[in-house]
Amino acid sequence: MPLLEIRNVTKRFDNFTAVDNISLSIKAGEFFTLLGPSGCGKTTLLRMIAGFDAPDAGQILLDGEDIIGMPPEKRPIHTVFQSYALFPHMTVAGNIAFPLKMAGKTANQIKISVNEALENVHLSKFANRYPHELSGGQKQRVAFARGLINRPRLLLLDEPLGALDEKLRQDMQMELINLQKEVGVTFIFITHSQNEALALSHRIAVMNQGAVEQIDEPSKIYSCPANRFVANFVGKINLMNAQVLEATASHLTLKVDGLGTVTVPGKDDVKVNDEGVMAIRPEQVKIAHYAENERPAPYCIGKVQDFLYIGDVTTYIIALDNGVHLEALLPNSTPGLAKLFEINDTVAVNWLPDSAQFLKN
Amino acid sequence: MEVNKLPDSTSNFTKANCFNKWLIGGPPFLFLLIFFAAPSLIMFFTSFRFPGEFGGLAPISPAMDGSSAEYGLTLETYEFLFSDILYAEIFLKTFAIAAVTTLICLIMAYPLALLIARSQKRFRNLMIMLVILPFASNFLIRIYAWMIILGPESVLSHFVNAILGVFGFAPVTLLFSTFAVLIGMVYVHLPFMILPLYTNLEKHDPVLLDAAQDLGANRWQRFWLITWPQSLPGVFAGAALVFIPVLGMFAVPDILGGTGDILIGNLIKDQFLGTRDWPFGSTLSIILTLLVLLIAWLATWLARPSVRQNS
Repeated sequence: MPLLEIRNVTKRFDNFTAVDNISLSIKAGEFFTLLGPSGCGKTTLLRMIAGFDAPDAGQILLDGEDIIGMPPEKRPIHTVFQSYALFPHMTVAGNIAFPLKMAGKTANQIKISVNEALENVHLSKFANRYPHELSGGQKQRVAFARGLINRPRLLLLDEPLGALDEKLRQDMQMELINLQKEVGVTFIFITHSQNEALALSHRIAVMNQGAVEQIDEPSKIYSCPANRFVANFVGKINLMNAQVLEATASHLTLKVDGLGTVTVPGKDDVKVNDEGVMAIRPEQVKIAHYAENERPAPYCIGKVQDFLYIGDVTTYIIALDNGVHLEALLPNSTPGLAKLFEINDTVAVNWLPDSAQFLKN
Repeated sequence: MEVNKLPDSTSNFTKANCFNKWLIGGPPFLFLLIFFAAPSLIMFFTSFRFPGEFGGLAPISPAMDGSSAEYGLTLETYEFLFSDILYAEIFLKTFAIAAVTTLICLIMAYPLALLIARSQKRFRNLMIMLVILPFASNFLIRIYAWMIILGPESVLSHFVNAILGVFGFAPVTLLFSTFAVLIGMVYVHLPFMILPLYTNLEKHDPVLLDAAQDLGANRWQRFWLITWPQSLPGVFAGAALVFIPVLGMFAVPDILGGTGDILIGNLIKDQFLGTRDWPFGSTLSIILTLLVLLIAWLATWLARPSVRQNS
């Protein structure tokens, strides 16, 4: 039995449908992420799981029991809020002790648990500080410790890393993964950052306009996006309009605008004459100086129009002869070399047949 | 030489800055110095002098009969104040009235301030305006209005006595009683409690209440553990704005109180305008001021962060 089951849940605000007939099930111990752009309904869904909002239709089952109508304070579900929501008039220790006090634990039990929790998040020295005396990362840790202290069945995290700077965010991601492994509490994590979702989660539900577009493991979400929205939202991708000329179980032959005929791996539910896009990730696109190229198909020729130096990698924007633009991403593994190609270099572009795919419109 | 220019220009800048500060802050400072600090000092010295035979002060010269100090200074008024239990009782009653008024104001103002702070933004200013509206009419007129409301022929009086009559109690007069004084005091000072409370409560982050509820706190726990402790600065500010003015108030007990409802304010006023014993009036004022300062200090000490943290 899944730990949490969401069945056909719908929530409307006036004329706006924030959550549209969503069904999900989350296993115990899972790190599950709701990923989507702002306004996609992920926060509304989270608030319904926490109990702050009631769905207009559908069921929310925890351990098989419907919890709709149960007030938030009665649910064994805690939330880490985006702004941390630490109590400003309580010390770090007081904040972490709060859920235990509400659960009616004795002073002695509370003391032991709080000390242990403080050690887990490396904040023992800060027990008597007030939230305004802490850095962003420390506040974040207090919020995690407070949410986890009495081992809820489910911890909801509402973009908890959003307010941190890039470096700290990466450190906190590692800490969060370890913390979840250690305590074994099921996490539902909300984010609009695809990197965060891919790095942290066991499974990801990509949401758009109140509906779930795809639920899968991070690698599947990235490499086999279910549709154009997922492909575009998660990571960078080159999309080129295409039409199916020939469809077999093993491969599809596409007529791609500007490229001619291209073969991509086969897919179920795709028929001849279907319209859609051919999708390929920039890091799957190989480019080489034209003269040296061996020309394995599929290939085409283009000019380097621009490049974007990120540090570890460089993205090249290639203008194909027919005006289509492609992005290719290459690692900067050669010491002292920021880019392998100059603007206006003529390059040959190709990719392995398996790395491109067809997505229906 | 060029090096020397830098510190010079900086000090010019600070000097100009300093001058600007005094230009803005100077006039009110001067005003307070002349009309508050100086009179207080005069009062302080007055309290050590002898009253004049026809009011005012006796001249500072050695007393003719040699009964007092050489320069006409004395501690007589202080001796007098501390030797008669009557004055201690009046002080005590005044502080009791002030404390009860503050408490009633707090109990009445808190829910209202909370209601205003949690209503939609566009209604808040309107409601705050309604709270301040009574200030638009004269304070004394509003107190006299209470004379009519509480008077023996008033609807309220008849109503209260009708109910009391059913239970066999003798009819009571509402006016000219400690009860009437309390009503007047609460009525006058209520806005001074509402405003600082509202200012505080309005700043509370609503997500904290969500967080508390999420972590298992019910309605009462959310109020007493989250809202109330955060509102304490507002509570203290409101309490000070009610408690201290009530201590010096003489108009309300004069108009609404009975013969037994003399408070320090009345006593002090009488020394200056009735009995014309300026030194004793000054002594009463000095003692009252010291007591208020003591209470203020005690409150600050009790409200210091380390105490709240332990509780």
